Amino acid sequence: MSAIDQLFEQLRSEGRKALMPFVTAGDPDLEFTSEVLQEIVARGASLCEVGIPYSDPIADGPVIQASYTRALDKRVKLARILEMLTETTPALRAPVVTMVSYAIVYRYGVQKYCDDACKAGIAGLIVPDLPVEESQGLAGLCRERDLSLIQLVAPTTPRDRTLQICETSSGFVYYVSITGITGERTELPDDIVEKVTWLRSQTKLPICIGFGIAKPEHVKLLAPVADGLIVGSAIVRRIAEADRRPRDEVLREVGDYVATLLAAL
Amino acid sequence: MSNRPPQPATTVVPDARGRFGPFGGRYVPETLVGALDQLAAEYAKAKEDDGFQAELAGLFRDFVGRPSPLYHAKRLSEQAGGAQIYFKREDVNHTGAHKINNTLGQCLLAMRMGKRRVIAETGAGQHGVATATACAHFGLPCVVYMGEEDIRRQKPNVFSMKLLGAEVRPVTSGARTLRDAINEAMRDWMASVDNTHYVLGSVVGPHPFPQIVRDFQSVIGKETIEQSLARLDRLPDVVVACVGGGSNAAGMFYPFIEHAEVKLVGVEAGGRSDSPGDHASPLTFGQPGVLHGSYSYVMQDEDGQTCDVHSMSAGLDYPGVGPEHSYWKETGRVTYESCTDTTAMQAFDACTAAEGIMPALESSHAVAKAMEIARSRKPEEVIVVCLSGRGDKDAMEIARLKGIDFG
Repeated sequence: MSAIDQLFEQLRSEGRKALMPFVTAGDPDLEFTSEVLQEIVARGASLCEVGIPYSDPIADGPVIQASYTRALDKRVKLARILEMLTETTPALRAPVVTMVSYAIVYRYGVQKYCDDACKAGIAGLIVPDLPVEESQGLAGLCRERDLSLIQLVAPTTPRDRTLQICETSSGFVYYVSITGITGERTELPDDIVEKVTWLRSQTKLPICIGFGIAKPEHVKLLAPVADGLIVGSAIVRRIAEADRRPRDEVLREVGDYVATLLAAL
Repeated sequence: MSNRPPQPATTVVPDARGRFGPFGGRYVPETLVGALDQLAAEYAKAKEDDGFQAELAGLFRDFVGRPSPLYHAKRLSEQAGGAQIYFKREDVNHTGAHKINNTLGQCLLAMRMGKRRVIAETGAGQHGVATATACAHFGLPCVVYMGEEDIRRQKPNVFSMKLLGAEVRPVTSGARTLRDAINEAMRDWMASVDNTHYVLGSVVGPHPFPQIVRDFQSVIGKETIEQSLARLDRLPDVVVACVGGGSNAAGMFYPFIEHAEVKLVGVEAGGRSDSPGDHASPLTFGQPGVLHGSYSYVMQDEDGQTCDVHSMSAGLDYPGVGPEHSYWKETGRVTYESCTDTTAMQAFDACTAAEGIMPALESSHAVAKAMEIARSRKPEEVIVVCLSGRGDKDAMEIARLKGIDFG
């Protein structure tokens, strides 16, 4: 059992839901990323998703793209990100998942990435550009190490394929709420509750919903059908202020925002 | 990969999962997988559909002006001093380059799938113009993503696209060139995939694009074989083409793959120097990795971040290359070399003066390499260059590079 399996088992037994904020590693620097992780967990986040900056993120909207560009412009390196996580995760009372492009994992060395992720206390991987057909090798390496390999299901995924993805996913299934890229939305698709309810009837795995979620109304709508909700751009947009405003102020605002969402959970 | 004994290249690639040997595949967000499956299935049907093939052949003949000529560049051959240089004249196609072969085919596929909106990326603007042209012909709305740096370098093509009714969306991320335009087109497609077809312009990207683009472009190599046999009673000794993403080269080389006696040479952009960031030669200086949905040679740093690259020609200014080229490199079937900006510019000048043909800056790289190869070959030997496009689009940029101001 991975740390994520244990977390959801516990949350389910307590009838609670998870909030999983996303932060970009190294925006504006790794020290602040570490502080943000501690702040959001202190405020009640159950898991954290750490985005590894990538030069060509196809699934990301302008806010996360820009955060990746800022981090890479400051020459943040993967080895340093893993060092930061090694130092940060032991005191964090929440599992950390990295969102990382396969371009990075492959170049770093697939096995080495898995080994070093374990050493850094990372509990799972989301590899957004690695569809299930291409994921066999990585899935095997993750299984051997009790790392969760979280697969995504999109609104465009046919039902039979969804079942295939659920069979290979571990930790949870990441349900992509919208056909499109990441970024805050005012409205979510009308049929989202219906689609997730169907998914729920097909798998025992926890289901977390991400993309577009930004408002307490979204949380109220989706929390009843999901095990967890993922919030990215709304957090990253707030963190982007840390470069030009007092950092403790920005940290508090991010924490307050997480608390607002948790109150709606 | 390198520890396996190289197998000879075959034409029975890619496999069902889009693999050319170890290269290719499909590294994309789940959101796009359904559309790629649909495209692969529709293409498989279209390939066997006589009606589809006849419609495309008719467009090639009457709209594009195919077959394009095989032209003996006599004066240039004399200047080079050695083998005879021939041009496969893709520059005389409608819209001035090979790109139209692919865009007509893909727009036909889009309509078969009931997708009524088309998006594309463009570097030099040739693919953008070719897509805008095909869309105007079929009455499809068209959005073209183009890096700001390329918009500056290729103004005439930007204006043409607008005249043809396309919307040109400037891309301001990254180095503002082809790679960033592909990212932006992919992001559009992530949200519009239900009603939109992405006409990818090169043999890059996730399966089935490398196969589809190669097949539509293979008309170049097929005609070259027919024309060589009819005119010369034999195949050429050497075939040369420039490689950015690699679509003109793939279309030229693919029909020759099983003719082992024909030497195939791909020419990458050598840029200013061999230093990182000064060239766009992933097959020469890069290593296998993942970019834009495909596993192939790429210019990356040790973290897998894509490197900035340089070429004076916008169409070659790309850090990756089509997976089939990586396969041909690994199998040894095609030799890849690079050619600097300066050498390509000299070839542009030589070709323009000696033949009255202004080659595109992209194609000038292939012309330069052909002249070099010709010098070491006998006068009875034949080298065919894929003259992938015409140089009119480059006139302003060439003036800038030469320091000429015509106000």
